[in-house]
Amino acid sequence: MTGLGATLVRAGRRLLSSLPALFGVLVFTFLLMRVLPGDPAVFFASGPNAGKEEIELIRKQMGLDRSVLEQLVFYLSDISHGNLGRSMMTGQPVLKDLRERLPASLELTFTALLIALIAAVPLGVIAALRPGSVIDHGVRLFCALGVCVPTFVSGLLLIYVFYYLLGLAPDPTGRIDVFTSLPPQRTGFLSIDFLLAGDLEGWWTACRQLILPAVSMALFVIAPLARITRASMLVSLGSDFVRTARSVGLSWRKVVVTYALRNAILPVITIAGIVFSTMLGANVLVEKVFSWPGVASYALDALLSSDYAPVQGFVLLMASLFVLVNLVVDICYGIADPRVSIE
Amino acid sequence: MSQDLLRIDDLHVAFSTRRGMVEAVRGVTLTVKAGEMLGLVGESGSGKSVTGFATTRLLDAAGRVTAGKILFRGQDVTKLRGDDLRQLQGAAMSMIFQNPRAALNPIRAIGLQIADAILTHKRISKQAARAEALELLRAVQIRDPEQRMNAYPHELSGGMCQRVMIAIAISCNPALLIADEPTTGLDVTTQKVVMDLLADIAAARGMATILITHDLGLAARYCRRIAVMERGRIVEEASPNTLFSAPRHAYTRRLVAASPTATSRIEDLVTEEERERYTAVLGKPRPTLAHGTPPLLEVRKLAKRFDQGSAAVADFSMTMASGESVGLVGESGSGKSTTSRMICRLIDPSEGDIVFDGQSIGHVASRDFHRSPLRKNIQMVFQDPNESLNPRFTAFDCIAHPLMRLDGMRAGEALRQRVEECAQRAGLPLDLLPRFPHQLSGGQKARVGIARAIACRPRLLVLDEPTAALDVSVQAVVLQLLDRLRRENDIALLFVSHDLNVVRMLCDRTIVLRNGGIVEQGESRALFENPKTDYTRKLVEAIPHIEAGPALVAAL
Repeated sequence: MTGLGATLVRAGRRLLSSLPALFGVLVFTFLLMRVLPGDPAVFFASGPNAGKEEIELIRKQMGLDRSVLEQLVFYLSDISHGNLGRSMMTGQPVLKDLRERLPASLELTFTALLIALIAAVPLGVIAALRPGSVIDHGVRLFCALGVCVPTFVSGLLLIYVFYYLLGLAPDPTGRIDVFTSLPPQRTGFLSIDFLLAGDLEGWWTACRQLILPAVSMALFVIAPLARITRASMLVSLGSDFVRTARSVGLSWRKVVVTYALRNAILPVITIAGIVFSTMLGANVLVEKVFSWPGVASYALDALLSSDYAPVQGFVLLMASLFVLVNLVVDICYGIADPRVSIE
Repeated sequence: MSQDLLRIDDLHVAFSTRRGMVEAVRGVTLTVKAGEMLGLVGESGSGKSVTGFATTRLLDAAGRVTAGKILFRGQDVTKLRGDDLRQLQGAAMSMIFQNPRAALNPIRAIGLQIADAILTHKRISKQAARAEALELLRAVQIRDPEQRMNAYPHELSGGMCQRVMIAIAISCNPALLIADEPTTGLDVTTQKVVMDLLADIAAARGMATILITHDLGLAARYCRRIAVMERGRIVEEASPNTLFSAPRHAYTRRLVAASPTATSRIEDLVTEEERERYTAVLGKPRPTLAHGTPPLLEVRKLAKRFDQGSAAVADFSMTMASGESVGLVGESGSGKSTTSRMICRLIDPSEGDIVFDGQSIGHVASRDFHRSPLRKNIQMVFQDPNESLNPRFTAFDCIAHPLMRLDGMRAGEALRQRVEECAQRAGLPLDLLPRFPHQLSGGQKARVGIARAIACRPRLLVLDEPTAALDVSVQAVVLQLLDRLRRENDIALLFVSHDLNVVRMLCDRTIVLRNGGIVEQGESRALFENPKTDYTRKLVEAIPHIEAGPALVAAL
C-alpha cells in the first residue's frame, strides 16, 4: 500500500517538525517556573522558623544560587540523560512518579473519550438526519447542558446520585478499593491488567471505580463531538455523492453509514484528537473530585508547593503526548481519507 | 399511449423557502418513448433539472410535487414509497449528474462504488459484482480498467469521472437514463467523447435518455426531439430542424439567437430591439494605429514551472496592440489560465519577461505589483462572478474599492459619480448599486465584475472565462458589452476561454495552447475556418454547432 507508506512518511516528517516546538515548551516552562512567586527553598526548609543559613544551604543544594541560564543548561543536560529531576514533595524521581501516575490518567481519559464518542456520534447522526426536529433540539439541549455544567459539579452530582442516594457506585476514592489486591502490572491500565491476569472480579471493581469519573468527563466533551458530527453529517448528506447513492437505490443503511457517515467522520477524527489532548490536561478537577491518582492532580499539588521538577516534567509530558496524539490523528486521517496522501 | 415509457402529466413542483412556497415547475407535460433521446433545454431556473429530479424522486427535502403525475410504465412514480421506490431507482431509471467528481464518493474506490450499485439490485456474490464492474469500466472505455478499479475519484480526470458515473448509471440496465448537464464543465473535446459514448451506450442497450442541458447545440447534435423550458413550463417542443429554422415561441427565438454558431457575429446574438445601442458604436471606424507604434503588451519567452518541475507554460511569446482583442484557447491544463495570471502579474513567471507599454513588468514581484502605477492599467475579470465578489461588499463598494486603492479617490461625491459612470458603462442599473452580491443575478454580478475592472480606465483587460458560468442569453449581452467597451475606450482584451465560438466572435486574433506551448496562432476567422494543426481541427470539430445537428441526425 503506497497510501499507508506515504502516510507514515508524512507522520515521521510531522514528528521531526514538532521537535523544535517541544524544545520551546521545555525552555518556556522552565523560565515560567522561575518567574512565578514562591521560593522552593523556603517551602522545603524544615519549618517556618528555619534560619537564613539553613535556607541558604537548601538553596545551594537545589542549585538555585546559580544564574537562571546556568540552571537551564543543567536542566537541559539532565533531560537529555533522561533525568527529569527529583520531586521535593514525594522524594522520588519525577520520572518514576509520572510513570506510576500516567496510566491512571490515560485510562480515565481513554475511557471518557470512548464513552463520549459512542454517545456523540449517534447523537450527531440522528440530529443531522432530522434537522429541526424534536430529536435535533433534544440533542442540542443535552449538549448545552453538558458544556455549561463544569466537570466537578457533574462529578459531584453523579457521586450524590449513584453513590449516596442509590448506592450503585463504589465510594469515589481512587482507582480501586482497599480490599482488592492489585494485578501484576503490565500495561498500567487496571482494567486491562485484571483481564490479563484473568481476575474478572477485580476487573469489575476497577470498572466500577472508573465509570463515574469517566462519565463526568465525557459529558463535558460530548457537546463538541456531537456538534461537529451533526454539522459534517449535514454537509455530507446534502452532497452530490449521497444523491448519486440514492439515485441508484442503495439501501438507507448503505447511504447513511457507508456513504455519508464515513465521509462525515473525517473532521470528527481531528476534533477527537484535540478533545483528547485537552482532556488529558484538564481532567485535574475530575481527578481531585474522585481522588484519582493521576498526573494532573500530581502536577497541581507540585505547583502549589513550588516544586519545580514535577511541574516541568508534567508540562513536557503533556507536550509530548500532544505531539503523539496529533501524530495518531494524522495517521488515522491518512488511512480514512485517500486524498490526504497526495499532498 | 401504451408505448410511452415515461409520461409526465401537468407536473407541478414547489419548494418551500424562507419567502414561502416557490413554484419551480408549473405544469410540465411531456412523453418519452422507449429508446428515444429527448433534449430538455432551458436556462438556469427554468425548472429542467427539477423535472428530472422529480422523475427520479431525488428532490431535496424542501421540494414537493404539488400536482400532476409522473407515469413510468403506467405506474405513478410520485406515489411510490420504500422498497418499490428503491427497485425503481437504479434498476429502472437512473441519473447522471453535472460535476462528475463531486457526484462520486471521494473516499471509496470507484470499483466498489459501481459494485455497490450492482449489489443493490442483483443477488450475486461480491466477486461477481466486481467482475461486472470491471466489464462496465471496459464498456465506458476506461483504459487499464483493472488498475482503475482501485482508483479514487480525485485520481481521475473530470471526463473519466463522468465515464465512471455513466458506468454506475447503466450498471443495472435501466430503461430510462436522465443526464443532467452531463458535460458542462468538461472540455469541448472531452464533451464530445463523453456524449458520443453516452449516445452509443443508450442506442446499444435501447435505453431512453433525457438530456437536460443549457446548450442548444449539444441537444441538437444528439436528440431528435427537443423540449424548451422557460420558467417552469414547456414552451415549445419540436425536432431540432424545426426549432432552429422556425422557432414559434418568443423565448425559443431569443434562445436560438443567443446561441453562438459557426458563423454568427456578436451583433446577431440578441433580438432586434436590444441591438440599437450597440450598432451605433459598431458604425464608428477603429482608429488606425500610426505605423511603428510600439505594442501595448509584449510577452517574451514566458515560462512557469511549479514545484514538481514540470512546466505549466513554456516559451510563450505574444504581442498585443492597444484596442486589440486576442483569444487564448485550449483544453483544461493547457496553461491558459496560468499565462493570463502571469500577464496580470498575479503570479510570478519562472522565466521570460513581460513588457507593458515599453516598461518591463515581468520582474516586479507579483506581491508588490499592486503598488506599481501600472496596476490600474492591467485589470482582470474572473471566471466565477459569484466567487470573485466579496460577499460583504455592496456592488457600489466593489466598484469603488479599486478607485480608492489605485486612483487614490476619497469617499464623496466625486467617487459616487465615478462609480455610477462605471456602472452605466457596464450596463448595471444604478438602483442595484446598494445591493449585496447574493441579491444580484448571475448576469448582474458579471456586470459588477466588469464595472470594477474598468473602473480605473485600464488599457488591458484580461478576462478568464468571464461567461462560462452564465446562461447563453446573458452571455450574449455580456459579450456585446465587452465588445462595445473595447471599441469605445480602446481597451485591449485578452480573452481566455475554452468556448471557441465565443472567442471567434469576440477576438481579432486567437492563440491555441496545448500543454503549456503555443500550437497555432493567427487571425481568428482564418484559424477557425482553416485550422493548420490536427489539434486545432479537433477542437473546432468538437464544438456542437446548431447547424451540424440536423445534418448529423439525417446522416445517421
